Amino acid sequence: MNFHGKQRRGLALAALAALAGACTPGSTPASHPEAGSSAAAPVAVPDAPWRTAGSEAAGQEPATDSPPVLIRGAKLYLGDGTAIARGHVLLLGGKIRSVGPGDGEAPAGARVVDAAGQFVTPGLIDVHSHLGVYPLPAVKAHDDGNEAVDPVTAGVRALDGFWPQDPSIERAVAGGVTTLQVLPGSANLIGGRTVTLKLRRASTGRAMHFAGAPDGLKMACGENPKRVHGDKGRAPQTRMGNIAGQRAAFLGARRLIDEWDSWRRSEAHRQDKAARDGARYLGEQKERDDRERACREGDGDACRALEGKKPPEAPEPSEPALPPRRDLLLETLAGVLEGRLLLHVHCYRADDMADVLALADEVGVKVRAFHHALEAYKLRGELARRGVAVATWADWWGFKMEALDGIPENLALIEAAAGRAVVHSDSEEGIRRLNQEASKGLGSGLRAGLALTEEGAMRWITENPAWVLGVEERVGTLAVGKDADVVVWDADPFSVYARAALVFVDGLERYDAAHPGAPWSDFEAGADEPPLKKPEPVAAPGARSADGGGEKKP
Amino acid sequence: MSLRTRLRSLGGLAALSALAALVASTPAEAQPAPPPGAPAAGARLAIVGGELWQPDAEPVKDSVIVIVDGTVRYVGTDRAEAAGAELVDATNKVVTAGFVDPLTQIGLLEVDLEPSTRDTSAADPDPVRAAFRAADGYNPLTDLVPIARREGLTSVGVVPTGGLVSGQSAWADLDGTEAARALAVPSLALHVLIDDATHETVGESHASSLLRLRELFDDARLYRQKRQGYEDNRLRTLGTSRLDLETLVRALEGTLPVVFHVDRASDILAVLALAAEYRLVPVVASAAEGWKVAPALAAAKVPIIVYPLDHGPRSFAARGAREDNAALCAAAGVVVSLSTGESHNARKLRQEAGNAVRAGLPRREALAAVTSHPARAFGLGERYGTLAVGHVGNAVVWSADPFELSTQALAVVVRGKRTSLRTRQTALFERYRP
Repeated sequence: MNFHGKQRRGLALAALAALAGACTPGSTPASHPEAGSSAAAPVAVPDAPWRTAGSEAAGQEPATDSPPVLIRGAKLYLGDGTAIARGHVLLLGGKIRSVGPGDGEAPAGARVVDAAGQFVTPGLIDVHSHLGVYPLPAVKAHDDGNEAVDPVTAGVRALDGFWPQDPSIERAVAGGVTTLQVLPGSANLIGGRTVTLKLRRASTGRAMHFAGAPDGLKMACGENPKRVHGDKGRAPQTRMGNIAGQRAAFLGARRLIDEWDSWRRSEAHRQDKAARDGARYLGEQKERDDRERACREGDGDACRALEGKKPPEAPEPSEPALPPRRDLLLETLAGVLEGRLLLHVHCYRADDMADVLALADEVGVKVRAFHHALEAYKLRGELARRGVAVATWADWWGFKMEALDGIPENLALIEAAAGRAVVHSDSEEGIRRLNQEASKGLGSGLRAGLALTEEGAMRWITENPAWVLGVEERVGTLAVGKDADVVVWDADPFSVYARAALVFVDGLERYDAAHPGAPWSDFEAGADEPPLKKPEPVAAPGARSADGGGEKKP
Repeated sequence: MSLRTRLRSLGGLAALSALAALVASTPAEAQPAPPPGAPAAGARLAIVGGELWQPDAEPVKDSVIVIVDGTVRYVGTDRAEAAGAELVDATNKVVTAGFVDPLTQIGLLEVDLEPSTRDTSAADPDPVRAAFRAADGYNPLTDLVPIARREGLTSVGVVPTGGLVSGQSAWADLDGTEAARALAVPSLALHVLIDDATHETVGESHASSLLRLRELFDDARLYRQKRQGYEDNRLRTLGTSRLDLETLVRALEGTLPVVFHVDRASDILAVLALAAEYRLVPVVASAAEGWKVAPALAAAKVPIIVYPLDHGPRSFAARGAREDNAALCAAAGVVVSLSTGESHNARKLRQEAGNAVRAGLPRREALAAVTSHPARAFGLGERYGTLAVGHVGNAVVWSADPFELSTQALAVVVRGKRTSLRTRQTALFERYRP
């Protein structure tokens, strides 16, 4: 999917809607440059709302005035499956301006980061997070991630539940994450709209929005929806009910599309007829005006032609039919049916995924990614053929029945089958260690004898998740023209000991491990005071006497 | 949010001066008679050629460790000692004692969300379940045992949960035979929860949790003094059942450590005071704000067990959580053990130790925190936690630094026997491999 193309199309459609708005009931009155100027104005029928709006979050454009920063001397994991043993990256104006081997040229006034012996990666991307909608502290009042009162709540938006003061946001940045998708939870068959954010410090979710990123839709199959709703004695209670509920929802949305198309055809026809009637009337009226003038000027023929002729009758103004009723739930689903929103499906078992794929074929949607997907390895050929990504953990398993067959080689097997493997967190703890999760997945695959590389595994947390979110033209690799979302690591990010030393988002430094400032979150205001002294190195444990460690004082 | 249930409310430390007494008082439990399935008498296994990493010594190259009938009989560099033994080649590899996660529910559950597969808790409306023994529901043949073992765990604490007084944990060696053999200490410690979960399940304040504990220990004290009166029904009504009282008496007598699962600094100080008042042998677990009261913990010689994968301020009780908690406490002189608090993924222990090192815990201290310190915390320092003569023969041969993610456990020896590294998960992989 072409990201920029989508954006341009959206703008064009929006302009068209604005043009048509002036003469359409139910839309905002707007000044119409051509209103009244010509009866033969082009027909302009407003389009369905899901076709004319971009992301509902519609955030600010990223900064474009970031100062020049040249990072040199580091090993670069480019995120595209390759690496440069010793290279440079130049950040300027919010973008990557240069990347390659050697030290590069420092523009005048550039900050030069000597990263010799260190490692540089693209900013990491987490496609499955509940930061902000299940924020810390995990108190009851903070449960804003599941609107679990109905199995289908496609009309709700994660953005509207997002708390930008979640202390985990800053901690995720300290783990090298620069982009994440926040999703509603999995209690519902269709939980609502997701939103993609850039991790810049801000006091509203909209100010963090990844401008131009398409929204997604969160769907869930398997145990959660049937348990949450079935336990209340309502549908769905079974996997049968799950699929039936999702089918009904999409068929409802298909009907809404049909209603809009039908209304638009009728409205176009009405406007066309009104325009033609108007033009005919104006023609007849002009002819009469001309004759009357000629008659007044003594043209006898003209006077005769007017005799007994009634003046032309102005056409009755035609009453436009009301467009289909606004329905946020169905409009969101219609957006998915037309590929404008990306479909993210929480699913564990291979047969559940196959059932969802069959449903998707039937109703005409495309699954962008299965999330969690512990049994994806059993279906990896078909998932790869269909281009459906697999976003999962390195080693979670066993917490419920549908998670019993999770194996640590899942990521590696997806990769080996030429599928699109993605490491996600689904956890405020795991999001701080996506690199470690990738490393475990890589290690498990190598131990099992699969042919994998660190360069390839780096794609699991950079390029591949960027594709899952539909922002692969903007982020996910170190390449000229991409957003300057870049992490400098103090050691190989596949090592457990590695830390993000510097994190840049849109070219601006957002985290510096050597100089941590006051906590971002207002919830933690004052928590860093008084500053704690770093512990002195501890003597070898052997020096401790057998009767315990009480003697040493800080 | 993840549905994974986490065991985030366990903890405790034993005053080391009392530990020696404890070991002396529980020899029968610490040294079970060799049951059926044990290696034949005289079974010798030798791990040779590896670099031996111990918490209390410099690394030893070309090491030789000889284990006879499940007990370490030689540690040194003399190859002649390995004569006649089954050899485990560790050349160019790293050898450590087996890793220990003291706070798991391995053996008590298969699937968290399936109640029929869980034996983790007494389904008792009374929050006091001191007599409940994890050992009685322990299943040594669960799939979770080989999965944990494959990543170098050789022993775990098997810990009940729920209520205010959850019951008694056990120490299990992951040898996967019958429970009577696997459970080296069937009654390891008594577990007390004072955290947010207690609020929800008990519906009490932290203060009333402490009040209830005081009532219980007072009653247990009376019961100990006047057992005959109790049997003759001449005592006032006591706050809990006879078997609960019997268990609490063991805690009062210092033969059963009490693990307090608690996060808030003020609550840690409160349980230290309670433990001193009743002369308990305390261990503090979870201890998210332990760093704030580390000098008090160190002065009281109370060990702690912490979860190093910091979640941040996940509750108001854990508002001061920080990733260098273990490092700060260790620097203050507290004996720190690490735990995952997990069961299916207790195998992450070495990753968690690596993260503790990343946050400032010295490497050797981290090794102690997953081997010798948990053994000492429960009074088993003479039997577990290092490779020393007379210790249980639990050892691991690693391909490299055991905390590093790319490292593999190549051989896992439990009680002198090299164990299989096959698991249900490796069988699934073989079934679906390319």
